[in-house]
Amino acid sequence: MIPELGHFALILALLLAAAQAFFGLVGASRGNVAWMRAAQPAVAGQWVFLLLSFGALVWSFIQFDFSVRYVAMTSNSLLPLFYRIAAAWGGHEGSLLLWGTMLATWSIAVAAFSRSMPLPYKSRVLGVLGLVSMGFLMFMLFTSSPFERLVPAAAEGNDLNPLLQDVALAIHPPMLYLGYVGFSVAFAFACATLIEGRLDVAWARWARPWTLAAWLCLTIGITLGSWWAYYELGWGGYWFWDPVENASFMPWLMGAALIHSLAVTEKRGLFKSWTLLLAVGAFSLSLLGTFLVRSGVLVSVHAFATDPARGLFILGFLVAVIGGALALYTWRAPVLKSDAGFELLSREAFVLFNNALLVAATGLILLGTLYPLFMDAMELGKISVGPPYFGVAFLIPMVPLLLLLGVGMHSSWKRSHIGPIGRLFGVLLGAAVVLALLVSKFAYGQVHFMGVVGFTVAFWVMGSALYEPIRRGGNLRGLPAGFWGMTLAHFGVGLFALGITGVESYRIEKDISLGAGDVTELSGYEFRFDGTKQVRGPNYDAIEGTVVLSRDGKAFKTLHPQKRFYASGGNAMTEAGIHATPTRDLFVALGEDLGAGKWSMRVQYKPLIRYIWLGALFMALGGLVSATDRRYRAKLPATARAPGGTMAGEGAR
Amino acid sequence: MSRYIRFLVPAGLFVILVGFLFIGLQRDPSVIDSPLIGKPAPQFVLENLDDPALRVGTADLQGRMYLFNVWGTWCGGCRQEHDALLAISRSNVVPIIGLNWKDDRGLARKWLNQLGNPYELVAFDPEGQVAIDWGVYGAPETFLVAADGTVLAKRIGAMDMTVWQRDFLPLINGTGGSS
Repeated sequence: MIPELGHFALILALLLAAAQAFFGLVGASRGNVAWMRAAQPAVAGQWVFLLLSFGALVWSFIQFDFSVRYVAMTSNSLLPLFYRIAAAWGGHEGSLLLWGTMLATWSIAVAAFSRSMPLPYKSRVLGVLGLVSMGFLMFMLFTSSPFERLVPAAAEGNDLNPLLQDVALAIHPPMLYLGYVGFSVAFAFACATLIEGRLDVAWARWARPWTLAAWLCLTIGITLGSWWAYYELGWGGYWFWDPVENASFMPWLMGAALIHSLAVTEKRGLFKSWTLLLAVGAFSLSLLGTFLVRSGVLVSVHAFATDPARGLFILGFLVAVIGGALALYTWRAPVLKSDAGFELLSREAFVLFNNALLVAATGLILLGTLYPLFMDAMELGKISVGPPYFGVAFLIPMVPLLLLLGVGMHSSWKRSHIGPIGRLFGVLLGAAVVLALLVSKFAYGQVHFMGVVGFTVAFWVMGSALYEPIRRGGNLRGLPAGFWGMTLAHFGVGLFALGITGVESYRIEKDISLGAGDVTELSGYEFRFDGTKQVRGPNYDAIEGTVVLSRDGKAFKTLHPQKRFYASGGNAMTEAGIHATPTRDLFVALGEDLGAGKWSMRVQYKPLIRYIWLGALFMALGGLVSATDRRYRAKLPATARAPGGTMAGEGAR
Repeated sequence: MSRYIRFLVPAGLFVILVGFLFIGLQRDPSVIDSPLIGKPAPQFVLENLDDPALRVGTADLQGRMYLFNVWGTWCGGCRQEHDALLAISRSNVVPIIGLNWKDDRGLARKWLNQLGNPYELVAFDPEGQVAIDWGVYGAPETFLVAADGTVLAKRIGAMDMTVWQRDFLPLINGTGGSS
């Protein structure tokens, strides 16, 4: 009964989404105020019914209702409560429902927090969101309903993919989807702007907090995924350039470009059509990611069970949404002209460089991700593009981006004027190089070209980000939230670069076979293997190794890497043993049982790896702080006073 | 007009992308053509898994069509495809020759005893030398070799009955399998 109610609620939500799209778009174009107002209760109704529907699905999981196909496929009676709830989005159907629920949540937030927008514009935004939501709900109802029954009911479920039975990974998809779906708001703003042919830039100010919120959720989602891959996959890597990872990273990069470009459009009325295109692009890449993950056109370790009918449906949806938006763009964007000029070293120019480099990085990743598909479609053979390509392709735009970031942060609108830091750039850059050389030489004992470049860039960005707060000494009051957001996020970029450089240049990895009592040495640490024992978890058996870490003969930590065998079968899962300090991680993963008490083991020394995730969290925090800037909540436009000379906090973030 | 052209670029690129995605949908990315297809299968001689004193090699297989399946007990996909292999073996269409790759003899024998043995012969390749000659990327992989020793098809990843019926059976029926 409950699953049927969930299904019914889903149908009602679809009808309400249609009403939202119709009243929002048609009402606005006819100027019918009653219709435009009707879009808002439709949003609220859709949200309520999607929540009910999602609740019904979670309820079916909690109740072990194995007569529901999706529940039987992704959970079983041994699965603990927390993972039963998380299993609701552990498969294709449920994750779509989560996606739809989040879209409705963003929509209702837009409806509730956009009082300052004119009614026709707001109802167009809601109308576009209604169209997107209709697409998702139809996809769910026609090809992938999570409420389909199984006759006869299964006696026992299949289990949630053991890879997904992890706290970080249970939260990872919701955050990721919040980010993906959140870009639909910027997308809807862009479409509404194009439909109205708005020539002013008020829309950019309305769109900024929404874009920041979406981007920060995506940042957290990606970070959780990377952190999970690190300790759960057993390879000690934090990023694999897998198509599915790329699918989340491309909208992130595009979103970062959009955040900066929106600032220029809002402040200076420049880049109007470009910003619109980025807003369309960020959401398009989110949808493309969905298509790639669920259609089976690319091979990926993360791919969902695939079905050509689904692929075709999403492709049709993609064509309708992205194609429609791009057609609108082709038609309307030529009328958008920017009349203001700017100089070569003004803030506008730096944001332009930022955008060019971020979009270039996105393009290179897109090319690498889709290259196997292109080759195959043209009958040129099957190939795979791996980390060697992505590593280099990503680095090429990133090094100049980070170098320019350090200057751009302190530049001024319109004129080639760098703030009080101007004369210090040479000193700062020199100090960064010297510090990088010292760190390489004394902390890691080896001066390595890319290592020095990476550390230099990292110190340069962090130094530049901290310069303004330090210069102002104690006098930090009155700086707007936007300034703090920018500083935090850019400092995070520096930390991130520091982490990547440390790991990529100075990590040490060893795959070795050890018997009980054997010792191996890595970068001054001894790892003593004390054999294995059997342990039991709630729904798995595990072999747990004991590895004692010591330095100079003094033991300081015992690690327990595990290999888990879930009751439901499937591959063994690795739980790495990790000892972390601020300067390095020591990582041990159990490999294969080689017989006679010997085990193949993966032992790694990972300098600074924590800063990769810490840096990403700083970026997300920066986004959060920026999004709370009071200006976005002000009713009157605050665009008139674009500051010329001082950088203060009115920054491009 | 010309100033409108550049606004068409994004839409144009998108149309091209959709074209490729559409073609991509019709294809299965895990079917990877091997450079070996249409060429003679590499020669090999290895120890028999059941008895180190016996040899398994190309000589045993001359004049017969066979399925060459690379597997190991450490490989999850191999466990997954095992039932399909048993079914194929029961259908008696073509014998399956196993290549036990980078594995432990005891574990491999235990695996076959417990799960059933679909193989006519299993060659034991603990060092992976023969697998390199065959261009194996990772287990499981399955090759179809014709009676004249030519490689006809290759599957990367777990074999299942759909793939078997769609990609392998027509080839066998077309060139006269040993049924």
